[in-house]
Amino acid sequence: MRDLTLAMRRRTDVLTTLFFFIIVVSLFPLGAGTEKMILMKIAPGVAWVAALLASMLALERLFASDFADGTLEQMLLTPQPIFILVLGKVFAHWLLTGLPLVFIAPLVGLQYYLPDEAVSTMMLALLIGTPILSLVGAIGAALTLGLRGGGILLSLLILPLYIPIMVYGAGVVSASATGTTDLQAYFSILSGFLILALVLSPIATAAALRISVE
Amino acid sequence: MSINWFKYSSPTTFYPLAGKMIPFFGWLTALLTIGGLYWGFFETPDTLSDQKEYYRIIYIHVGAAWMSMWLYIMMAAWALAGLVFQTRLSYMIASAIAPTGAIATFLALWTGAFWGKTSWGTWWDWDPRMTSELILLFLYMGYMALQSAIDDPRRADRAAALLALVGLVCVPIIFWSINCPNPNECAALHQTSKPGGGNMDPNILIAMLVVALAFWMYSFVAVLMRVRNIILERERHTTWVNEMLEDKQ
Repeated sequence: MRDLTLAMRRRTDVLTTLFFFIIVVSLFPLGAGTEKMILMKIAPGVAWVAALLASMLALERLFASDFADGTLEQMLLTPQPIFILVLGKVFAHWLLTGLPLVFIAPLVGLQYYLPDEAVSTMMLALLIGTPILSLVGAIGAALTLGLRGGGILLSLLILPLYIPIMVYGAGVVSASATGTTDLQAYFSILSGFLILALVLSPIATAAALRISVE
Repeated sequence: MSINWFKYSSPTTFYPLAGKMIPFFGWLTALLTIGGLYWGFFETPDTLSDQKEYYRIIYIHVGAAWMSMWLYIMMAAWALAGLVFQTRLSYMIASAIAPTGAIATFLALWTGAFWGKTSWGTWWDWDPRMTSELILLFLYMGYMALQSAIDDPRRADRAAALLALVGLVCVPIIFWSINCPNPNECAALHQTSKPGGGNMDPNILIAMLVVALAFWMYSFVAVLMRVRNIILERERHTTWVNEMLEDKQ
C-alpha cells in the first residue's frame, strides 16, 4: 500500500514507463517500414520486447529508494517473513508497470493492424505474463541493489531469463493473428510459469535481499 | 574410523592439493589431446556422410559444447555447496569455473559458425541448439559481470552463487521454450537427432570422445590453476600465504 501511495505522489514515474513502452512500439514501424504485412508479423515480438524493457526500466527502483534511506533494513528486521514483503512490493510494481501495459495493448493493435481477436489475446497474455516479469525481475533487482552500473547489469542478468515468457507470450499472439483457434496450450504454459514464479521467486528474492543488505 | 570430510575445504589445505593435482591432469590432457587428435586425423575416414575433410572440426566442436553445459552444472553445484556449507572455497571454485565455461561456450559457437559456413553455407542459423548455446554464453557473462561488479568478495560470492542457481532452474525452461515455441506441436520432448546422426564411423566417435575427455581434463587444469590464483589473491593477508611466498624467495 505504501508503495502505491508513494507512486501516486510521483505520478510521472508511472507515466514514464508507459510512454517508454509506447515510444519503443512506435519506433519500430518508422524503422522497419510501414507495410501492413510486415507490421502484422512483427507486432507480437515488438510488443513483448517493449514490455520486457519497460518492466526492466522500473525494476531498478523496486528496492532502491527503500535501500537508500534504510527502510529496507528496518523491513528485514520485522518479524514477518521477508517473502510476504517481497510479494507486496512486487505486486505494487506490477500494478504500476505491468497492468498499464495491458490496457495500452489495444493501441499497439491499432498501430500494427492486428485483428480484434489478436488484440484481446495479447491483453490476456500480457495480463498473465507481466506479473512473471515483475517476479523474476525482483530477483535481479535484489541482487544488484546499490551497485554501480546496477541498471545495465540488471538487464544483463535478467533479460535471458525472460526469454521463455516472451517466446510463448509472443507466440500466442502470432498464433491468434494467423487465425489459429487452439490457444489453450499457450495459456496453460504461461499460467504454469506464473505459478512457478509466484512460488520460487519470492524465496530467491528474499535470499538475495539478505545477501545485499547485510 | 572417522573421515574429516571438510579437510580439504579450507583454502590452506586445498592450495597444495590443487598444486599436486595440476600436473596429473595436465599430463592426462596432453596425452588425450595428442591421442585423440592423432586418431581423429589419421585413423578416420576422410568423409562423414556427405561432408568432406572439414567435418573434422567435430572433434573440437562437440567437446567444447559438452563442456560448456557440464561446467555450468558444476558451477551451480559448487555455488549451492557454498550457500549450504558456507565454505569460501566452494565459491572460489564456482567463480573459477565460470571463465573456462564461457570460453568453452564461445569455442562451441565459433567452431560451429565455421562448420555451418562450410556445410550449410551460413554462419548462423536460429536453430534451437545454437540459440541455447548463445543464451548459455549470456548466463556465464551475467554471472561474471555480477561477481566483478560487487566489491565485497563475500557479497559477490553469495550473490553470484544465487544467480547461478536461479539460472540453473531457468535453463531447462529456456531451452525447452526455444526448442518448442509452439506448444501444440510438441507432445514429446525428446531430441530427434543423436550426436552425429547415429550412423557415424566408430573411429570418428572414438576420437571425438577422447578429445572431449581431453577437454574435461583441461577444464580441471584450468580451474585448479585459477582457484590457486584466487586463493592467493583473497588470502594474501594471511600468515600461511606470506610464509609460503617467503619460502619461495
